[in-house]
Amino acid sequence: MKKNEVPQDESNLASANFRELCYAVDEDGTYTTENSTGWDPKTIALNNAIQEINLRIADARKRVELNLTSPIEYYMEKQKMDLPILASYMGLWKWRVKRHFKPKIFAKLSPKLRQKYADVFDISVAQLNDINH
Amino acid sequence: MKIAFTHHQTAHCENGVISNLLKHKGYEISEPMVFGIGSGLFFVYLPFLKVNYAPVFSYRPMPGLIFKRFAKRVGIKVKSHKFKNPTAAEKVLEQELGKNNPVGLQVGVFNLSYFPDEYRFHFNAHNMVVYGKENDRFLISDPVMEQTTSLSRKELEKVRFAKGAFAPKGHMYYPVSYPEQLELEEAIKKGIKQTCRDMLAPVPIVGVKAMRWVAKKIRTWPKKKGTKVANHYLGQLVRMQEEIGTGGGGFRFIYAAFLQEAAPILNRPALLDLSKEMTTIGDAWRDFAVDASRIYKERSPKTDGYNAIADQLVDLSLREEAFFKALKKAIA
Repeated sequence: MKKNEVPQDESNLASANFRELCYAVDEDGTYTTENSTGWDPKTIALNNAIQEINLRIADARKRVELNLTSPIEYYMEKQKMDLPILASYMGLWKWRVKRHFKPKIFAKLSPKLRQKYADVFDISVAQLNDINH
Repeated sequence: MKIAFTHHQTAHCENGVISNLLKHKGYEISEPMVFGIGSGLFFVYLPFLKVNYAPVFSYRPMPGLIFKRFAKRVGIKVKSHKFKNPTAAEKVLEQELGKNNPVGLQVGVFNLSYFPDEYRFHFNAHNMVVYGKENDRFLISDPVMEQTTSLSRKELEKVRFAKGAFAPKGHMYYPVSYPEQLELEEAIKKGIKQTCRDMLAPVPIVGVKAMRWVAKKIRTWPKKKGTKVANHYLGQLVRMQEEIGTGGGGFRFIYAAFLQEAAPILNRPALLDLSKEMTTIGDAWRDFAVDASRIYKERSPKTDGYNAIADQLVDLSLREEAFFKALKKAIA
């Protein structure tokens, strides 16, 4: 990649006001660095990933409303987590967290565990109990 | 307290922390040099491990390995701490800062408030330097950022104690002893040899063979997994290639820069030609990312698209195979 080919596409980097550093060659073929504002193929890949997460959040929300899963799954998706990550934050086995997805089990969840989930998701217990809170 | 620390932006965080910490001690060592000596160029495919609901592809070795290898090869001793208790972690950090010693930290990205939202995933192998504390905020030199920044105590605790794969557990590290002068020659040779060995490894999940395995899989994705999942996987393959600062070449350009810098040190002009070749391979990786992104941009792409991408990946693997064989010879 030549220095003048370092991509300067619009990207999400702008929101944090920074440009990344890339290695590229100058006219004599010597390596140097150049800042890049972003690159479309990467932005597309990133946006696709975000879109996918948003679909998962919407799907989880629907299932909470239909009482097919507990708010825990919804907040897990919202925090871009998956089961192993959430279990790790909770310090619980995966199967236990998965069990808490069941609305019936969730209804009987101890206040202590509720508080812990709320802390991990950075929300209040009231929000944990009701996703529309 | 604020240590007089000069922030240099780098392409990749791990190399960046190392080269910035060493520059602070007066050693002129570039990011590509760290990357090459630490054998940073890599490819691995772990089909049975799923992250973000896709198999794992990585273009670099396990977190921390570049630093470990680099330090060992140039004769630097590194002290490293891990903690169970966040309060202890903060205390030891402050002690080191009090000794005028900037330190490297491994952190999770998800709670890094200064990162763009879209980049904040549960990725736990990011690296930064802490070089002071002012008004109850820690001063941060994050090598991928253009400028220095700061984090509150609470924020720093959160990123140091992120959970999940590669949980940092407060991991803090800094060099403690250095040789008079860094002996680069032998170190460069060792670094290159290891990269050649890795990339040409006779196992299916590592190096050029892994690329060919992924290529084979790509052909089956649309039929076996459906377009949506196939596109998600392909997106993951490109996103991993395109970490911050790789310029689309998935670290190939940094490696090419390393070979160019290594040529006069080892007095082997052949490395200059190999550097050029690595640059064109990097360009081919860029083309690969462009073509792959075209596929997942479309909602209902044709299957030939996937085959074409797979062909490109096979071609890349053949070129890299030839490249690393030649590189191995060039330093023998």
